Amino acid sequence: MSAVSGMASVGRVRMTPERLGWGGGIVALLAFVLTLPPIAVRTPVPSILLALVAAGMGVAAIRAEARRPGWTAVVAAVLCGVLAWAATTAELGQLEVVASWGALTAAMLRFATPLIFAGLGGLVSERAGVVNIALEGMLIMGAFFAAFGADKTGSWVLGILIGVLAGAALATIHAIWSVSLRADQIVSGTALNFIAAGIAGYLYVDIYGAEGTPDDLPQVPEISLPTESLGFIGRAIANQNLLVWGGLLAVVVVWLVVFRTPLGLRLRSVGENPRAAETVGVNVIRMRYGAVITSGALAALGGAFLSIGFVHSFSEDMIAGRGFIALAALIFGRWTPGGLLLATLLFGFSSALAQRLPEFSPQAATLFQALPYVLTLIAVAGLVGRSRPPAADGVPYQREAG
Amino acid sequence: MSTVPDPQPGSAPEEKGAGATVAARISDQLAVGGVLLPVVTTLFAFLIGGLVVLATGKNPFSTYQAIFEGSGLNWLLPWVGGADRDIAAINLQQTLLITGPLILLGFAVAFAFRTGLFNIGGQGQYIAGSVVAVWIGSSDMGVPGWLQIVLAMLGAAIAGGVWGGIAGLLRATTGANEVITTIMLNYTALWVSFYLFGLGGPLQNDSQPDIPVSNDVVPEARLPVFWGDPELQGLHIGIFFALVAAVFFWLLLNRSTKGFEARAVGFNPDAARASGIHVGRTYVFVMATCGLLAGLAGSLDILGWQFRIATNDIQAFELGFLGIAVALLGRNTAIGTCLAGLLFGALVSGTSVRNLDPAVFEPALASNLTGIIQGLVVLFVVADVMVIAVWKRLSGRGRRRAGGAGTAGNAEPEPAA
Repeated sequence: MSAVSGMASVGRVRMTPERLGWGGGIVALLAFVLTLPPIAVRTPVPSILLALVAAGMGVAAIRAEARRPGWTAVVAAVLCGVLAWAATTAELGQLEVVASWGALTAAMLRFATPLIFAGLGGLVSERAGVVNIALEGMLIMGAFFAAFGADKTGSWVLGILIGVLAGAALATIHAIWSVSLRADQIVSGTALNFIAAGIAGYLYVDIYGAEGTPDDLPQVPEISLPTESLGFIGRAIANQNLLVWGGLLAVVVVWLVVFRTPLGLRLRSVGENPRAAETVGVNVIRMRYGAVITSGALAALGGAFLSIGFVHSFSEDMIAGRGFIALAALIFGRWTPGGLLLATLLFGFSSALAQRLPEFSPQAATLFQALPYVLTLIAVAGLVGRSRPPAADGVPYQREAG
Repeated sequence: MSTVPDPQPGSAPEEKGAGATVAARISDQLAVGGVLLPVVTTLFAFLIGGLVVLATGKNPFSTYQAIFEGSGLNWLLPWVGGADRDIAAINLQQTLLITGPLILLGFAVAFAFRTGLFNIGGQGQYIAGSVVAVWIGSSDMGVPGWLQIVLAMLGAAIAGGVWGGIAGLLRATTGANEVITTIMLNYTALWVSFYLFGLGGPLQNDSQPDIPVSNDVVPEARLPVFWGDPELQGLHIGIFFALVAAVFFWLLLNRSTKGFEARAVGFNPDAARASGIHVGRTYVFVMATCGLLAGLAGSLDILGWQFRIATNDIQAFELGFLGIAVALLGRNTAIGTCLAGLLFGALVSGTSVRNLDPAVFEPALASNLTGIIQGLVVLFVVADVMVIAVWKRLSGRGRRRAGGAGTAGNAEPEPAA
């Protein structure tokens, strides 16, 4: 600390090692942005210089014991330097297709929404001390039953409702197994993933067969906003699905409930130290049941968005590991709603970019899809600051005898 | 996210096993359940699966009979003769073709369980092994065929071992939970192989630049077929590797120092550490061994009957996940895992498009039925608290609760299998 504590303070802002590290990250990002439209510098020299500065700031921060911001800056500097160099070697036309910010941001929000719902589900459950690895299965249940319900009732509202009930039903089994029977929560979750995929797949083949879900499936409406003229963010949000807004709202609601209400305090106490919670009168069993079932309902909303909000059909492989990416986002975001939101936006952005990258390089686009998983590996390994779960996460609770 | 829940501090365990480590619970089940429990579990799962079939207006009996005949297990019935017997033989070859890798994948999960680890990464380790097997097997090496087979299998085992070892190493050095790391490694392996065999990828087919598929394994480097027609995917010698692995697994677990250490860590990592066992090193060793077995399974499929990897197929690989069900149903023992491997191998081949009679039951439905049954088996197997309680009541030998419950059983791993 002492090496940098005497360092120049810029204006009124004191230059702490943490700020130095985060600043390095921003400089690194700038190095990449320079090479993209609308600026689109066509030579890598300024970007590489900026990346070097960013790396230097990172190293200084690490030396001053601010390891997490420091490493973030160093990693960002390397990544952005390479990306900037790649961008300057690409053709300008290709670059404009890949980096059309309005469309990219809109796609990011769409890709992030199922992850947000599922991740929030995971957050509620794990904050109460029950590991929910069945998020994947709950997404599948939500996706199929929302499409099925919307088709049979002719109403997207009822479709969502039926999807959510199906997700909650699956979650109830998880709750019975992990809370009442004190079974291993990972194994139970794995089993439910098989069962959900089996049930949804079985019913899908049995009911819809080779033709697939009908084309006139009722859909969750889009919300039109008069924001077209407000830059790329305005264009991105001008025509978004109702459930995209629902997802962003859910982040705020979950944050308020879990971190700003007595109920949330009890929920978290059950996940950190259930015995202490029980001694002050919290019903651990009921709290965990509630959390797990809520988690199923939330994740199913994400599935419903995928089938009747985004893709407008159901297919057996549509979830494609999104439940596990949501789990990754939860860990990457350190079990907080804000962190989760940032992580899902990052993963959503990487999906959106991967969708457009084939224009530039199909191989790079494929490798890009591995990014969320590799980043999460790095995060859980503690290379960039350790992610710590709630203390009693995954531990079955047993009441004192007598 | 601890897979191995530590006993609640300050609480005397009510029943031995409840709330204790996974390994301790498994040993408890072995003590009370024996062979009967897995059988009852399986029957129950099939019963519910049958109810699903019935609820959708189909006949569960003819469905199960068709699946049974599709698996070729009717070959074992002495009264089946003539043309039926020939068809049964071909179907049984298919079943055993899948059983071999499935047993290895079961061991890849079972060994981890016995050490208190949950290896969900069988899938990724299997893919890593498959990739290296197809790479070596399709290369023009100028060595004798048998040597190329050995090299390909060795390379696959090492690749799987490294992929599993990463999870073990991270657990040992940073405490990162192996459940999360193996899931992430699964998807990393998936996307890396998409890249390798995708259009323009470094290992994509040399002569067909428009198809995202690997080169074919050269004919000399294919595993010899000893039963059936090689042109019709007869049974290759891979199943013997699985049986050898079963013996190896039993010896390793029950007759070696490493295996004893692994089980001791599974029962109680703290006690193991206190008695001088290197817990971290054990984690790395166990996860690497698990990965090695899963990688070997990948090489058997590649060198035995697939001979190539198309990117479309990679996502459809489900065997790695099936390994979890195999291990759990087999109670993580050598013989149990082999039998569970045969059951699930029969289920997979019996519901395949090739073997199941579509006039009786649609294969697309049946493969989903397999998923449901597989999930139910796993679900019932882990409901041990319920099962043990019911069992004890039924058998009337409920053990008395005592303050020092579980002393003998927890301190020393019981020999099992």
